Amino acid sequence: MISATTRKSYEGVVACLPVTIPYRRYSTNSAQWWLGRALHELVKRSGLRPKDIDGFAVSSFTVAPDTAVGLTQHFGLSPRWLDHIPFGGASGIVALRRAARAVQAGDADIVACVAGDTNHVDSFRKTLATFSRFAQDAMYPYGAGGANASFALITKNYMNRYGAKREDFARICIAQRENAVSIPHAMMKKRLTLDEYMSARPIADPIHLFDCVMPCAGAEAFIVCREDTAKSLNVPSVRILSTIERHNAYPGDPIQERLGTEDDVGQLWSMAGLKPQDVDFVQTYDDYPVVVMMQLEDLGFCSKGEAPEFVRSHTLTNDGTFPHNTSGGQLSVGQAGAAGGFLGLVDALRQLTAQPLGSKVPDASACLVSGFGMINYDRGLSSGAAVLARLA
Amino acid sequence: MSQPLVRPKRKNPLKRTRLPLGPQGVRSRAAHGLTAAAAEGRFALQVCLDCQTVIYPPRDACPSCLSARVLFRDVDPGGTLIAETTVRTSTEPYFRERAPWRIGTVQLDAGPVIVAHLHGDAAEGKRVRLELKLDKSGSAVAMALPAKETEHMADDPHLREMTCDPKFRRILITDGRTAVGQAMAKAFADAGAAIVFVGVADAWKPFPGLESLRKIECLEIVPLDVTDTESIAEQAEQNGSRIDIVVNTAEHVRPGGILNRRGLTIAREEIDVRYLGQLRLAQAFGPILRFRGADGVNSAAAFVNLLSVHALMNWPSYGSYSATEAACLSAAQCMRAELRPGGVKVVNVFFGPLDTEWFQTVPPPKVMPAALANAVVRALQQGVEDVFVGDVAEDVRQRLAVNPKALEREMAT
Amino acid sequence: MPLDLLSFARAIAIGDIRVIDLTQTLSQEFPTIVLPPELGQCAPFRIEEISRYDERGPAWYWNNISLGEHTGTHFDAPIHWISGKDLPNNAVDTIEVAKFIAPAAVIDCSKECAENADFALTIAFIERWEARHGEIEPGSWVLLRTDWSKRSYTDYAGLRDDGAHTPGPEPAVAKWLVEQRDVHGFGTETIGTDFGQGQHFNPPYPAHFYMHGKGRFGLQCLTNLDLLPPKGAVIIAAPLKIKQGSGSPLRVLALVAKGAA
Repeated sequence: MISATTRKSYEGVVACLPVTIPYRRYSTNSAQWWLGRALHELVKRSGLRPKDIDGFAVSSFTVAPDTAVGLTQHFGLSPRWLDHIPFGGASGIVALRRAARAVQAGDADIVACVAGDTNHVDSFRKTLATFSRFAQDAMYPYGAGGANASFALITKNYMNRYGAKREDFARICIAQRENAVSIPHAMMKKRLTLDEYMSARPIADPIHLFDCVMPCAGAEAFIVCREDTAKSLNVPSVRILSTIERHNAYPGDPIQERLGTEDDVGQLWSMAGLKPQDVDFVQTYDDYPVVVMMQLEDLGFCSKGEAPEFVRSHTLTNDGTFPHNTSGGQLSVGQAGAAGGFLGLVDALRQLTAQPLGSKVPDASACLVSGFGMINYDRGLSSGAAVLARLA
Repeated sequence: MSQPLVRPKRKNPLKRTRLPLGPQGVRSRAAHGLTAAAAEGRFALQVCLDCQTVIYPPRDACPSCLSARVLFRDVDPGGTLIAETTVRTSTEPYFRERAPWRIGTVQLDAGPVIVAHLHGDAAEGKRVRLELKLDKSGSAVAMALPAKETEHMADDPHLREMTCDPKFRRILITDGRTAVGQAMAKAFADAGAAIVFVGVADAWKPFPGLESLRKIECLEIVPLDVTDTESIAEQAEQNGSRIDIVVNTAEHVRPGGILNRRGLTIAREEIDVRYLGQLRLAQAFGPILRFRGADGVNSAAAFVNLLSVHALMNWPSYGSYSATEAACLSAAQCMRAELRPGGVKVVNVFFGPLDTEWFQTVPPPKVMPAALANAVVRALQQGVEDVFVGDVAEDVRQRLAVNPKALEREMAT
Repeated sequence: MPLDLLSFARAIAIGDIRVIDLTQTLSQEFPTIVLPPELGQCAPFRIEEISRYDERGPAWYWNNISLGEHTGTHFDAPIHWISGKDLPNNAVDTIEVAKFIAPAAVIDCSKECAENADFALTIAFIERWEARHGEIEPGSWVLLRTDWSKRSYTDYAGLRDDGAHTPGPEPAVAKWLVEQRDVHGFGTETIGTDFGQGQHFNPPYPAHFYMHGKGRFGLQCLTNLDLLPPKGAVIIAAPLKIKQGSGSPLRVLALVAKGAA
């Protein structure tokens, strides 16, 4: 059992300047181009000069042969704090955690957190084939179905164990599409009906077309700095009340039913001084609806196996009883590679600073952002969460 | 229950031949421990020698205690299929072409969880038995079969993709003069081969067993001399595109070593019959086999080499023979790499002394020609690529694994 | 006065002297002598293409061949047999070259052989032949026409459970031909100059024994003997000049005057 040492608060550190570079289905540009657009946007909106950025955290799957180091020279940055965060859907939360501590400790003053990927016509296939050693050895040779196949197994098991039905998953997807209708760059911004969802073509049973995200090119970014720095830049900012992170949380579980935050979630809420019902909206990492359900359970909104009922008894749109994935989530806007791990966090910053891209969550003052990802063999390894609040 | 395989209709000669594709065969070095097990038809996983944890996927340190002593050992293949999915679409052309493709998560009794290919009769929630098989890329994959044998099990299309089952396939036995060649012809006919071509050189030289061969219904005797390049080329031209499995039964066995012999006539014959013969067959039949690796139910499937186990360690009493067999083994390894892009397996079947005339003075245990033939058929049905037949072959294999130098001395006594 | 060889050459060119090929084509399919498996075997004829106007040799076609000294139509030198091993000039490279050209007496027993694969040539048979055609001249080849070369390869080899059944001379014949007729050598259509079951004679393989023992020669696997006259043909049979060779495959030609056969 981990000792219950009190964790240090994030007092004095904020996140600000949410940037989204509009997504495109396919792009002949490199990941470096997309990351460069996001950096440019940060610099333009903040009035900062590139040399003012003294911390840089980057997440990308398609930036090879570069890593973060190569990018410093590429972009003309000279940071004194540098991190490469290849954690997929958990990248945003992890970048936030790392950057916040660096700023608190004075190791950096202005940290640009950027995630972005390109999508060439063969990017997806190539990414799958070399994703990780275990995927190469023990998953890809079995039908090369990618994450779709892995999560199909997880979904099937969840449905067998807890009686979830496809109609329950549909509610998540349909509500998210509703939220995306007003997002200009969403890949899928038509409303989705239950009929369309149910009759969509199967990808890997029981997962069908609308359970899957559409890979695309794009970038997301934000800045982490001290509260006074944000004030001096004259940009609205958001406080960090608490965060948690865990990797390879439950190696003994035969099939993934919990994502990683179950053991640490008490700490998340107590550190924030809030309860689950206190937040105004929740951003989950939505690579598949079953993963959304597991996050709702693991993060304390209902108990294990109750998410189908939870989803049935709440409205998940921005104007509903449980606003969820305010920009429509990846399932609506598409997954721009690692930027998928940032998009919930970036849209949370917008909602909390009253500058939404699309529809607004009324009186948004606090939220939970959850990240999850990195399917290595048969389960996602990385998870994390953050409770954020509007600056009073 | 699997659909029984239907004898394929004659191929439409105007239709393009489907080209072979394969799944990705790249594996880490540790994962090739599974390939080694699959090659011999064993089910082995890494077991930590320090804490006995059974480990999967293969790796370089025990996930329980971090020991590096994680070695492959045979483990219980039994388990339960806890979840399954059917992959309907894939970015990988091989699987795209063969969709829908079932895979599932198996909880092994031995501990780990394995994502495996599913035999059609493996059912979610039920008991299964895992086997390690070599897929078309030549690397190992796990396949979950129903725990109890079901009807027509071998005909399951996913399983048949991993094996070289002779059923409905057309076989070439390169030399029908010998006891081994004749036993081989009979074994393949019994295994459901559509045609068994049997090569006979020098038809003007009579040999025993010709009449029995002629009685086998699906058998066709063709002129074939493994020492004659033109003869082999001609056979390949005439019948190459309708031969799915080549079994090289050409043999040349003479007792004697190297110093203790006078002259090179026997050595020349050995090399010509065994080594150059294998090369001739490879050059003539290899390309067409490789081309037809995905050509329907009776696609080209395998090239079988019958090798003395003394290819692995010379037996000085038959020293020149052993050396020639070693050359054949090395050539077979080359052929294996060259045929792999077609998804065609090179199967090496090792045996000790046979119960045939040129091993007359060797004491038992010896391998009967029929036993060898049955082992070859079984190997093809299982899809293994390295087979050891009989007690002597198994004995040599074990001693070689522990101390080759000791075996070298022991072979000379 | 020297003989007019130019007229001889012209006679060949215009066909007044016919040139008849007594040679079987060297091919992989042609049967070779088969000895008990424990003994060393004669290499069969094999051919490996080096190039054929391709990337291995763009403008030319050529082959490497492998064969034994006694493969196909071939010449036996006295050194080939134990009985001739110590005679002078007994190998193909040391035989006086004049001996490669000699007349031939062709003894026809094709009718008898048609009914009997074990036909054995006797002295009496030869004497009956001589009664019609005159005595065999000294220094002549004696060629045994059996029409065996017209048979299928299986019948040609004549192999059964107890070995080969092909026609050939009785032991007394070879001895008599050498001692009483001073023959140049003995030639056959079959594989081997000896009777198929010659291993059972005394001495075994008497044609080899006596011919080579007296420094005479052998020719085997001949064909087209039916195109030759009983007498009057001149045989050109020059083996390859192999160092201490026991024999060699060769081109055997018969010169026959037009109108003679």
